[in-house]
Amino acid sequence: MNLTVNPIACTGHGVCAELLPELIATDEWGYPVIDPRPVPVALERDARRAVAACPALALRLTMSKEPARSAPRS
Amino acid sequence: MTTALDDTANQPAPGGAARQAAAGLPRLLPQAPEDLQAHLSRYGTVPYRGQRARAGAGRGEGSGRREGRGPGRERSGTLIADVEAAGLTGRGGAAFPVHRKLAAVANARASRKAVVANGAESEPASRKDELLLRIAPHLVLDGLQLAAEAVGATEAHLYLHAAPGPQLLRALAERSSRRLDLLPVTITEAPPRFLAGQETALVNRLGGRPARPAFQPPRVSERGLGGAPTLVQNAETLAHLALIARYGPRWFRAVGTETEPGSMLTTVYRPGRRTEIHEVPTGVPLRALLPADAQAWLVGGYHGVWLPLPDAAGLTLDHASLREFGAAPGAGVLAALPPDRCGLAEAARITGYLAAESAGQCGPCLNGLPRIAAALAELAGRGHQRQTRADLERWSGLVTGRGACHHPDGTVRFVGSALTTFAAEIDRHARGRCSATNRDPFLPLPDHRPNSEQDWI
Repeated sequence: MNLTVNPIACTGHGVCAELLPELIATDEWGYPVIDPRPVPVALERDARRAVAACPALALRLTMSKEPARSAPRS
Repeated sequence: MTTALDDTANQPAPGGAARQAAAGLPRLLPQAPEDLQAHLSRYGTVPYRGQRARAGAGRGEGSGRREGRGPGRERSGTLIADVEAAGLTGRGGAAFPVHRKLAAVANARASRKAVVANGAESEPASRKDELLLRIAPHLVLDGLQLAAEAVGATEAHLYLHAAPGPQLLRALAERSSRRLDLLPVTITEAPPRFLAGQETALVNRLGGRPARPAFQPPRVSERGLGGAPTLVQNAETLAHLALIARYGPRWFRAVGTETEPGSMLTTVYRPGRRTEIHEVPTGVPLRALLPADAQAWLVGGYHGVWLPLPDAAGLTLDHASLREFGAAPGAGVLAALPPDRCGLAEAARITGYLAAESAGQCGPCLNGLPRIAAALAELAGRGHQRQTRADLERWSGLVTGRGACHHPDGTVRFVGSALTTFAAEIDRHARGRCSATNRDPFLPLPDHRPNSEQDWI
């Protein structure tokens, strides 16, 4: 699975970065900078929570071509 | 290069006719505007193939069928197969393989399908589609109808920067009275915005909404105008397609490079000359079009790249050659900045325009581009802050790849190439100097500076 953001819908609320700091940082204007690699299996639950919590419905989890790695990344 | 046929001020003219004729060029640009009679006697009638609604996955009848085999013709398959064999890529800037878009729409299962000739490509410095639609409208309209047939379209559109000119209106009327077209053509005007010609913005505008880019996917070839699979092709691309339909892929590949065949229209800006449109083979040496005595060359327009001289003097007009400098032919805008101008000032002026042309939809673009433009303007002034260059690089990294469309990426590419190409000038400005002796702007920008929601409609 991959996290993607619809940049038009995104309002820079920042909830996603609070819920999933492992994969989402914010830039200096408050908009999410998302790790482009597949979501590690261990973080899928948190990723789903972040998607559900986005007030702008801008965050998506999509099927990715590469399989997710099970080991967490630094 | 010779020839400036049309002396009307501000109207680009085809150039270099004598020299190009030797290479079988120009293919697209007649020496004077052509009416339907002249068009048909030069090119023959529109070669519909009766393949409507069965394009792409053939019913057997298509691929080996014999068309007329007059001089220069080949046995032809479906138009999509011919376009694939020709290697035609989009001439609007992105150079996407045309047959793939055609096949995607042809193979889509839908009761409604649309084709659009895009004559409103965004680059304000590109004038080639405007000229093509003025002096060879029938080639573009042939291409539109042939593409419509190939994909099984149920509606055809023409998207223009301005109200259609008299040549175009007459061309449509002539075709209508001769019943030449399979589909009536609906004309829609684009608002005068840089991004209005972007594919998803175009679909929004044709659907009655503001001409702002949308967030893909799905591609417009899957779900475009009113949900219908939609083929959007640049006007010049359709003109090439109309000739491939007549003369076949081998003819098309007789000019240009092996990997990027054919010819392309360029809009050329040279010191002391008025704007000229040249049709050239892909792979032509840039120095055949641009003088080496220049501050720098700009290739690909305002989402393009500044090339340093003399380092770039040996490059040719194709991706394979330009890639080394991170450049691409784009929509064929080529400019030589005169030796008496300041490249930084010119780049800053254009970047200010690009920042103002953000659709304002995506946070990084909305926030980043004005800051980038202000920083570049500071570098173009005298005695800038030390921090400015670092800020510029950080913001450039922050906006890249984070828009719904390519606007932030293209703008950053343009700015990055200015920083590299004009590095010595930046140092000069830091010391309070500037090498320019002429402060007049060189490259064109639209007079209209939009500032309201109405400007997107």
